Amino acid sequence: MIHSLFLVNATGDIFLEKHWKSVVSRSVCDYFFEAQERATEPENIPPVIPTPHHYLISVLRHRIYFVAVIQSEVPPLFVIEFLHRVVDTFQDYFGVCTEAAIKDNVVVVYELLEEMLDNGFPLATESNILKELIKPPTILRTVVNTITGSTNVGEQLPTGQLSVVPWRRTGVKYTNNEAYFDVVEEIDAIIDKSGSTITAEIQGVIDACVKLTGMPDLTLSFMNPRLLDDVSFHPCVRFKRWEAERILSFIPPDGNFRLLSYHVSSQNLVAIPVYVKHNITFREGSSQGRFDLTLGPKQTMGKAVESVLVSSQLPRGVLNTSLNPSQGTYTFDPVTKLLSWDVGKINPQKLPSLKGTMSLQAGASKPDENPTINIQFKIQQLAISGLKVNRLDMYGEKYKPFKGIKYMTKAGKFQVRT
Amino acid sequence: MSTSSAFNDEKGGSSSAGEPEYGHDPASGGIFSSDYKRHDDLKEMLDSNKDSLKLEAMKRIVAMIARGKNASDLFPAVVKNVACKNIEVKKLVYVYLVRYAEEQQDLALLSISTFQRGLKDPNQLIRASALRVLSSIRVTIIVPIMMLAIKEAASDMSPYVRKTAAHAIPKLYSLDPEQKDQLIEVIEKLLADKTTLVAGSVVMAFEEVCPERIDLIHKNYRKLCNLLIDVEEWGQVVIINMLTRYARTQFLNPNINESLLEEGGEKAFYGSDDDDDDDDDDDDEEKKAEAAALAKRKPYVMDPDHRLLLRNTKPLLQSRNAAVVMAVAQLYFHLAPKAEVGVIAKALVRLMRSHSEVQYVVLQNVATMTIKRRGMFEPYLKSFYIRSTDPTQIKILKLEVLTNLANETNISTILREFQTYIKSMDKDFVAATIQAIGRCATNIGEVRDTCLNGLVQLLSNRDELVVAESVVVIKKLLQMQPEQHSDIIKHMAKLTDNIQVPMARASILWLIGEYCEHVPKIAPDVLRKMAKTFTNEEDIVKLQIINLAAKLYLTNSKQTKLLTQYVLNLAKYDQNYDIRDRARFIRQLIVPTDKSGALSKYAKKLFLALKPAPVLESPFKDRDHFQLGSLSHLLNAKAGGYQELPDWPESAPDPSVRNVEVPEWTKCTSRKERKEKKVEKPFYSDSEGESGPTESADSESDSGSGSQSGSEESGSGSESEESEEESESEEEEEEEEDEEEERAKKKKKVDKSKPKKPESAESDQSSGEEQKRIRKGGKDRRSGTESESEDESESESSESESESEEESESDTDIKKKKKTAASKPPPKQTKKESKKETKEMSLLDLDDFEPTPSPQVTPVNSFLSNSLVTDLEGLSLTDTVLAPTTIAPSSSVRLYELLHRITGEGLAVEYCFSRQPFSPDPHMVAVQIQFTNNTTSEAKSLHIEEPKLQSGMRIKEFPEIEVLPAGESVNVVMGIDFCDSTQAANFQLCTHIRKFFVSIQPPVGELMTPAFLTENEFKKEQGQLMGMNEISEKLTLGEKCQSEHVIVERVTSTANLSRVPCGSDKESRFAGKTVSSGSLVLVTVTRKDGAGALLTVNCEKMVIGTMLVKDILQALTQ
Repeated sequence: MIHSLFLVNATGDIFLEKHWKSVVSRSVCDYFFEAQERATEPENIPPVIPTPHHYLISVLRHRIYFVAVIQSEVPPLFVIEFLHRVVDTFQDYFGVCTEAAIKDNVVVVYELLEEMLDNGFPLATESNILKELIKPPTILRTVVNTITGSTNVGEQLPTGQLSVVPWRRTGVKYTNNEAYFDVVEEIDAIIDKSGSTITAEIQGVIDACVKLTGMPDLTLSFMNPRLLDDVSFHPCVRFKRWEAERILSFIPPDGNFRLLSYHVSSQNLVAIPVYVKHNITFREGSSQGRFDLTLGPKQTMGKAVESVLVSSQLPRGVLNTSLNPSQGTYTFDPVTKLLSWDVGKINPQKLPSLKGTMSLQAGASKPDENPTINIQFKIQQLAISGLKVNRLDMYGEKYKPFKGIKYMTKAGKFQVRT
Repeated sequence: MSTSSAFNDEKGGSSSAGEPEYGHDPASGGIFSSDYKRHDDLKEMLDSNKDSLKLEAMKRIVAMIARGKNASDLFPAVVKNVACKNIEVKKLVYVYLVRYAEEQQDLALLSISTFQRGLKDPNQLIRASALRVLSSIRVTIIVPIMMLAIKEAASDMSPYVRKTAAHAIPKLYSLDPEQKDQLIEVIEKLLADKTTLVAGSVVMAFEEVCPERIDLIHKNYRKLCNLLIDVEEWGQVVIINMLTRYARTQFLNPNINESLLEEGGEKAFYGSDDDDDDDDDDDDEEKKAEAAALAKRKPYVMDPDHRLLLRNTKPLLQSRNAAVVMAVAQLYFHLAPKAEVGVIAKALVRLMRSHSEVQYVVLQNVATMTIKRRGMFEPYLKSFYIRSTDPTQIKILKLEVLTNLANETNISTILREFQTYIKSMDKDFVAATIQAIGRCATNIGEVRDTCLNGLVQLLSNRDELVVAESVVVIKKLLQMQPEQHSDIIKHMAKLTDNIQVPMARASILWLIGEYCEHVPKIAPDVLRKMAKTFTNEEDIVKLQIINLAAKLYLTNSKQTKLLTQYVLNLAKYDQNYDIRDRARFIRQLIVPTDKSGALSKYAKKLFLALKPAPVLESPFKDRDHFQLGSLSHLLNAKAGGYQELPDWPESAPDPSVRNVEVPEWTKCTSRKERKEKKVEKPFYSDSEGESGPTESADSESDSGSGSQSGSEESGSGSESEESEEESESEEEEEEEEDEEEERAKKKKKVDKSKPKKPESAESDQSSGEEQKRIRKGGKDRRSGTESESEDESESESSESESESEEESESDTDIKKKKKTAASKPPPKQTKKESKKETKEMSLLDLDDFEPTPSPQVTPVNSFLSNSLVTDLEGLSLTDTVLAPTTIAPSSSVRLYELLHRITGEGLAVEYCFSRQPFSPDPHMVAVQIQFTNNTTSEAKSLHIEEPKLQSGMRIKEFPEIEVLPAGESVNVVMGIDFCDSTQAANFQLCTHIRKFFVSIQPPVGELMTPAFLTENEFKKEQGQLMGMNEISEKLTLGEKCQSEHVIVERVTSTANLSRVPCGSDKESRFAGKTVSSGSLVLVTVTRKDGAGALLTVNCEKMVIGTMLVKDILQALTQ
């Protein structure tokens, strides 16, 4: 399946290569560089590039291109999904997935890649198994290893590999047993010029951080499970229980994992927590444009809207802006024409606004496109869909764990057309 | 030395002086010496006996490999360490070996013996990794060793080692394809493996080595389907893709009936059916047609194995892995019946939230799907709306999907969206949007003018690219109806002054030339302008200028003769030979000279022929012949190693090949092995536990050939074996395993046994009922009315007692009357015979007494087609008395006595359930009542009074009968709403002199009306009526009713049901609805070998269901 993997950084250097079958010359990447040149934006490189003898399937994460070389038919999503899994694993191991981190840990990276693929076919991708095979590098461990001469590599077959719960290792021990769940919902919306909602959806995830001793069997139930329209589970969730009782029943992996992602049925009206009043005009014949933007809270269920960040790609004709924010700071990059305004918290008594003028290229006709405004925000302690966790029960272990649940609402792809 | 500092050293070294040294050319002069030095110290470290130094050296070497630098000259030094005790050193040596062994084959052989030793190691991890490395060394000499190792590992106790063996198979195959036959043997062996760990890997090996050997899958098909949910996600993808191909060769097309319908003339007959309509309508129509024509064609029956695959893959749509979701989606798209494909849409839309690469692939597939199954994605239209932050390639794909989804109803919203897209800053995207508008306009006639107007407005856009694209699209649109749009052509003619994009200019010129007759004044002027700028134009524009000139010359030579010659002259000396050639060719053709041949006469025809309008098609139109989700589909070109998706077979291959004999669970005896087996048990026990019972349930309803029922049995056999096995292993666990795991397993077991419990309880109960029934059967034979009163409640029976009291009072009266009646000659002799057949005489009958003539009552048999029923309905509306006589009486209709002629003082009243719909109120059961006046005097004003009804019950009385002459009889119909209960309806029957208390109690079978379902609907409905709503009973068929025909007759006479077509001759299905609440009643009779049979009744109303089971049982066992 996957023949080779090349890691390419933003400047086009191949800084790591790994082959699972016969060596493929790195010149195969030239086709990728050609495509890179043709594409105006980095994200416009087609994920699949055919070359005379191979196919290149690439993903872009953290400004690193992961280019896999394929020789024959394989489902492209298979490779793409795997490459993303590789990135996730790196992130899990090194905290960040940057060129520097990979170069610093090149041996661990190599060992990981060796375990993850055998002859191009995925072997072990579950992070709990990998961590038993190859222990993540920590400062303490490096020190210990140099003194004792022990290694990062496990000598026994990971128990998960053979067990019925491959995602969990055995013999987990904690002094503080805790299980925390974050319910994070994102609102994807397109708001049109007049402020009416064209489309709005809520996508949510439940991320868990479970540090429990032994083999706990958890059940998580919701007050209103009917809200969940379409769900996808971590493999640990027992699907039949969900089908029958709408209860999440699972033996959790150890550590951080995404338990569930869901979509809230589109029948429910989505509350839009902020509104934008905008007036962006360019006058014919003048080299000035007016920019006027006011934000306000709306349907926030009494919670504060925080970490608001407004960004907008202004038309090419705009040379510079002179704007005056009532709060926060704004920046305008005259090269990329990207305007971003870090608003912070919205105070309902004193609505934040950004007003001023834009200077246009002299003599150029007025731009006829209108910029869209992208908004990011966070609302703590609120799941905008109204989803509520009812209770979390643990079976199979005797101790009492600390349990916690946190709700948060964020803007996903939240756009206002002007 | 810490590792990190080592890296820093290494990095520092390489970044300063090291980088160029280690370049791809190590042999280059001055750097050579330092290069050697460097490797020398590495060699030294490798030779030392300190593990830490060795490790350090190996780490640096691996870092070199990672950066693509050549470290092959260290091979001898490294390979020595292959037997190193330190596991990390060993692993890194393995990494090195795998990378360079191919280049240094001889030296690599030194390491082989170490691996061979490793293969015998007690630690399974070491065995596995030895096999892994051994098989990864691409050295042809060791092929026999590898083959041996693989064979041995394939029967290793550890599933992990077996998995590694499966991985090694394609490696060996790529090294030496000669080994194929032997490898297939190993694959066959591993395919039979029952662990989820191995399943994915071996199927992957199968796909790479011998995808054509589909026969190897047969025996493992059901196992793979059942294990699927527990296989790791990557294996799931491979298995699902393989099973898609398998299913295409083994099962019939589930949509075959639709395609047949479309081909046959039936469809037109039944009026317009939208293609996108679900097959329900079709089936419905089809069903009617079948009922009328008594089913000529064998209806489609889905193979239970096909259903198994669909059912077991469906939960995987919820997987977090996009590749798995896509694999299931393509499986459903290629294999599922049309009505079921819809489920994948939601999951695919969910994937659109993922990384942009995933989005890209998913959108490509969605685009192909939307062409075939538009309806599926229509509800998710808004999910495809484009955001300004999407990458261009995603935008364009979304646009494609939106265009495919456009239809008359949603076009206005889509066009409004498109309008905002046109203002986007991304010009490539704007151009694509304009193309999309063009396509919408050609596909949907209603909006063509709107689109055209919108596009014309775009012509005044400031961006040239937008204008040019609009021109090109407008040109295509105008070609469809040029007459109406000469003003647009004029407008475009003006644009030639401004637009510089060659393609657009060429398009305008072509338009003017083509439709020069619509713009006779402007066209020559445009040519004049063009002639002026001719030399500065692009080639494509020049060619169009020549074309324009030629066309004008032919239509309007007066004005343009000179201009044309001028243009042709210019072209004659053009630099481009194409243009010169074209000019020469056209000159010969249009300008008449002496030499010009016959062609010039036809010049006008040649140039101004009517050209067909272009069809704007989706680029995804014919992509679906590639398996969706595949690389080939994405590239729209066959990739190497792509396996074609075969067409459905004409007739299904033998399904019995998938039957498995007694499974080999019992084989493993040793304790250790068993322990490993325990591990193999899937985690989702409930899924597996259920798969057994549900499968058999399904196959019952699905029905199949005889062979299939055999398989069913074997399936259940294996299940019980398995549970035995499980309980055994459980005992062991109690000793060894952690408590919680054991507990979890117990829970599983409980789950497993659950579904079986109610069944056995039910059968107990029903066997009791059966006994009762037999007793009752005896009574039943005596008289119909008596058997009915069995079920009556206390109050009713007391009432009937009072009735009988009344009767005895009047007894003497009656006797007198009887004698008078006897002296009269019988009015209708012939009917007497028929009555004797249908009804047994009551004990009260006197020999000398003339029996009452039996009415010609007519049940509408359920065999009759629906259309006939409706006909009759019409009749009964107009004249209730006449209608019934049109149909011959059937033996299946039973007459019940309402009032005996003795108790009724000469008035005999009988009733039957005519099984016709009661037209005044569809929720009522029609009861046909026959009054016979046996007295010598007239009976007057017969009517009903004081009905005493249970709550909810209603009666629609028959119209009062004014006069019933002596010796005459009359039929009337009344309606009773029994509220779906067998409670009796009590009322008084009044004549002008007397009142009689009577009651009508319906047998349960009369509380329903036939419902016409197709087989698929039947199965679907049955699927929803499981559990408590399902009652099944084993029975032994009576001697007389062994054949299907008799069964059908018996069942339909017992209950007013209609037959549902069914592919198997072993099975008969019936469907009906209860009259008042319309709940479905589904009856299935499956014949087993001998006289055995299984009766299944599914009904929401459990009471009705139970009673119906009793009645049908009785009918069938007699």
